[in-house]
Amino acid sequence: MFKNILLALTLALVVLVGTGTCFAGDPPKPDPSGASIGTASDVVNATSGAPTAEDMEKMAAAEPLATKLADVIGHNRIAINMVWTLICGFLVMFMQCGFALAETGFTRAKNAGHTMGMNMMVYAIGMLGFWICGFGLQMGGSGGAAALGGGGVLNSEFIVNIFGKDFGLFGTKGFFLGSDVYDGTVLTIFLFQMVFMDTTATIPTGAMAERWTFKHFCLYGFFISMFVYPLYANWVWGGGFLSQLGANFGLGHGLMDFAGSSVVHMTGGVAALAGAMVLGPRLGKFRADGTANAIPGHHIPMAIAGCLILAFGWFGFNAGSTLAGGDLRIGVVAANTMLASAGGCMTALLYMWMRFGKPDVSMAANGLLAGLVAITAPCAFVTPIMSVVIGGIAGVILCMSVLFIENTLKIDDPVGAISVHGVCGTWGMLALGLFADGTYGDGANGVKGAVTGLFYGDASQFMAQVVGVSVNIIFVFVVMFIFFKVSNKFVKMRVAPELEQEGLDMAEVAVIGYPEFSINKTHR
Amino acid sequence: MKKIEAIIKPHKLDEVKDALDKAGIHGMTITEVKGYGRQKGHVEMYRGAEYQVVFKAKVKIEVVVTDAIAASVVDAIRAAANTNAIGDGKIFVLNVEEAVRIRTNERGETAV
Repeated sequence: MFKNILLALTLALVVLVGTGTCFAGDPPKPDPSGASIGTASDVVNATSGAPTAEDMEKMAAAEPLATKLADVIGHNRIAINMVWTLICGFLVMFMQCGFALAETGFTRAKNAGHTMGMNMMVYAIGMLGFWICGFGLQMGGSGGAAALGGGGVLNSEFIVNIFGKDFGLFGTKGFFLGSDVYDGTVLTIFLFQMVFMDTTATIPTGAMAERWTFKHFCLYGFFISMFVYPLYANWVWGGGFLSQLGANFGLGHGLMDFAGSSVVHMTGGVAALAGAMVLGPRLGKFRADGTANAIPGHHIPMAIAGCLILAFGWFGFNAGSTLAGGDLRIGVVAANTMLASAGGCMTALLYMWMRFGKPDVSMAANGLLAGLVAITAPCAFVTPIMSVVIGGIAGVILCMSVLFIENTLKIDDPVGAISVHGVCGTWGMLALGLFADGTYGDGANGVKGAVTGLFYGDASQFMAQVVGVSVNIIFVFVVMFIFFKVSNKFVKMRVAPELEQEGLDMAEVAVIGYPEFSINKTHR
Repeated sequence: MKKIEAIIKPHKLDEVKDALDKAGIHGMTITEVKGYGRQKGHVEMYRGAEYQVVFKAKVKIEVVVTDAIAASVVDAIRAAANTNAIGDGKIFVLNVEEAVRIRTNERGETAV
């Protein structure tokens, strides 16, 4: 861990010395008090009937009171957006609780303390890692968020110029949230982005549950929050090269991922795949002949409650990603989100019912999440009908993926994290490129016109999505696979077989999940 | 004195208890147990994968009765616990040498 922190410090120093990007005119100043965030300039072009900059200039002399009132209206507009973004961020933070309950419920009682421990510590470890350098790498060159009144101090991106095109690779400002970004808007962005990153960081703990050493998990927590998540997130949300595929190469609006099907869920799911492959299956998961043996979770009520908490937090995830309570597309976004979850839940239930004779509730709960993951990217760009379809297809893909990963790839994923987040995240990204209906997203990523998918006339948007998911799968898988393989040489990843049979609770985290009950140590 | 040990399906416990009350039995001890007999467990599905449930949950009832009523108690338990399906369980009858009521030091049949 200390090595990692040292590494981050060195990196921070290198980039601080090496940056030279700056904007013309007065450099933006941070505003820690927030008093000057949201001004009359935030009224300009705020709605279709809002005054233009020329209107404001002309009227300033004639109507001084209106100019003063415009300042208050601008402040209020930004305030509504900031309150909305913060409350949605708080909802996403509560998803940590959902993940903790879902993962613990779907695994065995003898490991309950350990699984809960990972889900709690990933919050603290991930947040500190993101504070050290993750946020700076992700958002340091993003230019802030106009809907939140600025944050223009985030103005430094490391850019490589190839073939005359700029490729933004990572931000170089905002490390440790120092005085240069001590600003109300920037810290709102930090909070919101941090809870998203933490969702990614907690996804692999499900796929790797019941056999991962706590020490190696801590190392992983810093690595993904400091480097892996922030880099891909920069490329999509921080002004990096995937977001510029439209402006630079004419691919739609560049990679569009409204709330994180790729940035959050694919990154987590692909990291989970790499981790579960390196870690190997739990003892007893596969019989001598290679067939899979079910290891039922110990607490289905806990798991289902966790999935429903996740569905609740998802309203913050998706509707909050407007970063604006004043963007009244939020009604569409929120309704689309819940419709897709219903679609995924229902089709997963029906698939298992028809194929195996009983409606498998644990799989239906995964289906609920699959629908949510799939709609996360397209939620702002598709119709309600297509939302049900996208979620419904996700539920079927989920079931097929769980069976394929277990029976064909022979990878043990106790909670289905790879399928829910990785596979259905990919589907969601492609679904945006297919079904975006051209009613929203005008000017997104600096490209004129609304976001439009293949079936509504813009094949290039679909191409951008294909490029984006390919980059995610290759980058995240390769980096995480190498990380797991190499770090395993220094810090052991897998617990000893005796501990795995006994349960990880006492040996790994020194608490027993259920000390007053006798626990079945085997799964039969 | 006889000790009667009955291993029954858990959901039959209430009915067996009522039957024992009617038969004049005023105390019993029960334990949640797991096991298998000729039934040999069964196969369940979870998330599309099979698993063998070998040890099935049962309830073991232990009562100690006088020799005179032992046979009728066995019949009462059998009648109440019977579902005519595989896995209904078994009843064992054992001889008991001595019984002691701890509070009064009563011995033998008066103690049960």
